[in-house]
Amino acid sequence: MLAGHCGINPSMKTQRFNWLIWAGLLLSIFAFLSYALVFVNWPITRDFPWANLLLFGMAAALLYLGLRRAFAAERPRRSKVAGVIVTALSVLIFGFFIFSTLIASRWMPAALGAPRVGQKAPDFSLTDTNGKALALSELLSAPINGKAAKGVLLIFYRGYW
Amino acid sequence: MDSPEESRDLCQKAGYTFTFLSDPKAEAIRRYDLVHAGAGEGGRDIARPAEFLVDSSGIVRWVNLTENYWVRARPEQILEAAKALR
Repeated sequence: MLAGHCGINPSMKTQRFNWLIWAGLLLSIFAFLSYALVFVNWPITRDFPWANLLLFGMAAALLYLGLRRAFAAERPRRSKVAGVIVTALSVLIFGFFIFSTLIASRWMPAALGAPRVGQKAPDFSLTDTNGKALALSELLSAPINGKAAKGVLLIFYRGYW
Repeated sequence: MDSPEESRDLCQKAGYTFTFLSDPKAEAIRRYDLVHAGAGEGGRDIARPAEFLVDSSGIVRWVNLTENYWVRARPEQILEAAKALR
C-alpha cells in the first residue's frame, strides 16, 4: 500500500506537463513575430495579415484544448493558474498584434498638401549615395541608356524600409 | 531618414542599382507634405511612405499615399502606371 502511494503512474506523469497550453503560447509568439520577419515580404500576406491571423487561430485552438485539460478535475490548482496566465499572455500578444499591424500603422498624417495627379512635382536637390547633389529636374532630363527619360518614380520611405 | 552612408549600405546589401537620395533635413519630405512627426527612432521626424510617378515634363501622373505604413505600392501597380507615360 505504501509503495502504491509513492509510485508514479506513467499516465499521471505525462499528464503533468500541459504541453498544449505552452504550444499555444509559443505559436502566439511566432504568429506575432512572423509578420515583420517573414510575411511582410510578400504583398499577399502583407496587405492583410491573414497568414498571421490563421496562426493565431491555431494558437487559440491549442489554448482552448490546453485550458480544458488544465481545468480537468484531477489536475492540481497550479495547473489551472498556469493555464490562465499563459492564455492571458497569449491574448495580450494577439491584442498587441492587431494594434500594431491594423490600428497604430494607420496613424499617419493625411498628407493633404502632397502633389496630386496633374500637378507639378516640386523640385528638390538631395545628396545621393556618392555624396553628389542631385535635383529632380536633373533626373528627369538625364538620358537612360541613350534615350530621354520617360519619367521618374519617387519612393518616400521611413528609413531603411 | 537615412544618411547617404546608410543608403549605400542598403543598396549594397539588397543589390539595388537605382538612385538613392538622402533627405536628413526632411527638405523634400516637407515640400511633399510627407512628414510623419516623431515617428522615427528616438522621436525623430521621418517620412510617411508614399510613391509618385512623375513624367518627363515634371507632372505627377500617378500617386500612392498608403493608409497603413506596412502596405506599400506593388511593383505591378507601378509598372501599369508607367505604361501610360509617353
